[in-house]
Amino acid sequence: MLRVEKLSTFYGNIQALRDVTLRARRGNITTIIGANGAGKTTLLRTVSGLNRARHGLVIYEDRDITSEPPDRIVRGGISMVPQGRQVFAEMTVAENLELGAYTRRRGERAEVASDLDMVLELFPVLADRKRQSAGTLSGGEQQMLAVGRALMSRPRLLMLDEPSMGLAPKVIQSIFKTLHSLHEQGLTILLVEQDAKIALETADYGYVMRTGKVALEGPADELLENEEVRRIYLG
Amino acid sequence: MARREVSRKTLLTVTAVFIAAVAGLTLALKGSTGLQWIVSGLTVGSIYALVAMGFSVIYSSTRVINFAQGEFSMLGGMLMYSIYMRAGLPLPLAFLVSVLIVTLIGAGLERATIHPLRNQSVISVIIVTIGLAIFIRATAKLIWGSEPVKVASFTGDKPLRFLGASIVPQSFWVFGLTLLAFVLVFLFFDRTLLGKGMRAAAANPDAASLMGISSSTSSLVAWTMAAALGAAAGIVIAPINFAYYYAGTMLGLKGFTAAILGGLGSASGAVVGGLLLGVLETIVAGVFPSGYKSAVAFVILILVLLIRPEGLLGRSEGVKV
Ligand SMILES: Nc1ncnc2c1ncn2[C@@H]1O[C@H](COP(=O)(O)OP(=O)(O)OP(=O)(O)O)[C@@H](O)[C@H]1O
Ligand SMILES: [Mg+2]
Repeated sequence: MLRVEKLSTFYGNIQALRDVTLRARRGNITTIIGANGAGKTTLLRTVSGLNRARHGLVIYEDRDITSEPPDRIVRGGISMVPQGRQVFAEMTVAENLELGAYTRRRGERAEVASDLDMVLELFPVLADRKRQSAGTLSGGEQQMLAVGRALMSRPRLLMLDEPSMGLAPKVIQSIFKTLHSLHEQGLTILLVEQDAKIALETADYGYVMRTGKVALEGPADELLENEEVRRIYLG
Repeated sequence: MARREVSRKTLLTVTAVFIAAVAGLTLALKGSTGLQWIVSGLTVGSIYALVAMGFSVIYSSTRVINFAQGEFSMLGGMLMYSIYMRAGLPLPLAFLVSVLIVTLIGAGLERATIHPLRNQSVISVIIVTIGLAIFIRATAKLIWGSEPVKVASFTGDKPLRFLGASIVPQSFWVFGLTLLAFVLVFLFFDRTLLGKGMRAAAANPDAASLMGISSSTSSLVAWTMAAALGAAAGIVIAPINFAYYYAGTMLGLKGFTAAILGGLGSASGAVVGGLLLGVLETIVAGVFPSGYKSAVAFVILILVLLIRPEGLLGRSEGVKV
């Protein structure tokens, strides 16, 4: 579904991605793990058009989207939950979700409304807090809002950047349970995580990134058994 | 560097007390003359408010300070002169056509000169707006010459008497239009999806991009609105001040000061800043020799930038996580 070929991205003179090649298969959960500064966020930002690649290609559903602007990419069916959630703090929960559906056409009103119901069913706590401004939510609730907001564009590929960051284990469990059920409904997921254990337990296939490169890849259960992965990422 | 924080509440209280004191003192000492000053100040202040809203809309969507903002007002006034006074179109039509032309010019300039610079630094775009101002002014001088022209008042010149002060009817048009513009701008940003998207983009550009909110569309819409607001201001004030090719420069500066005073990026701040500046200016002009009037805006601009750069109603930009 998504293919990244020899992708290189720079911040000025600093090269954050070095010839990264990977793929996310349709219907799978693919995970990318790696330490701080490995380039995971940069990779997702380049795919979603927030950062420009200097070399390499991003192919989505057999189409080259490497130099498309972010709004075209969202319309194409890729949605991203950014690192640190980045909800619109001064706006209400309802408005955040409404903005998630920003790219949907006027004629889709009914579908948008039913997607909203679906999101509120997925995260009932958001339904209780609809009129509250997003900045007043707890970290876990904000993460749910960020996921819900991303779902409102009705993506075919959902990318998440460290959804577990800063959350209590119980909240993490619940968010990953949701990801699992979305996966079962057929959504393709590309999951960036620092918490290698939960990521590999959830995913079908995994990549390990180190200093801007893919260091290791394989089926998630094999990576879980891998000596190096166990030593460095699973403690 | 630690800077002492003046809290928003204290500041607003101090401002309110200051306004009340100035207004009270003026009325007590000068009676009906004082009232006259306040009404004139509110009239010109409304115009500053409209221009300031233009600055704020573009700033909050793109972080650009549009130094050609005053020129939209100048163009509005000059076009009104040509269409209403010379071609003789009926007032409502002349008003709409003038606003429409300036709005199209604003949108066209954005596409032609600002859009191509979307990946450049904000400062280079700001420099381009200075160039735009010079270009618009020069073109206006070619078309209309350098003589000031008079636009007739919308509903005559017979002043209304109110507690001994006389108010020209045009003032009511100015107040009404400012109120209408403020309400429309507010509804746009508060109720429409496009407006909410632009607010989201102002608060968090990356997250907004991920929603599919295009920064290029935001910029175009902001310039279009700013041009319309500027044009409306220039048209409605033309019967009170003369219209001429250089009128936009001073108006732009005053509008910018009002926007900074109220808090750049906030529509209600623009109104507060504009009215405050207008009234202070008129009172100073009444009390002191006339040369001091133009200094008011500069003094306020410098004071605000030194003491509270985020303005009265603005929020200091906190750390974004
Ligand atoms: N805006 C930026 N300007 C300059 N360098 C940056 C910028 N953002 C990231 N980098 C650098 O690029 C490299 C990759 O960063 P990136 O954020 O992609 O890593 P990451 O794997 O997401 O890390 P983390 O797990 O901490 O989120 C790092 O060396 C980082 O310092
Ligand atoms: Mg990251």
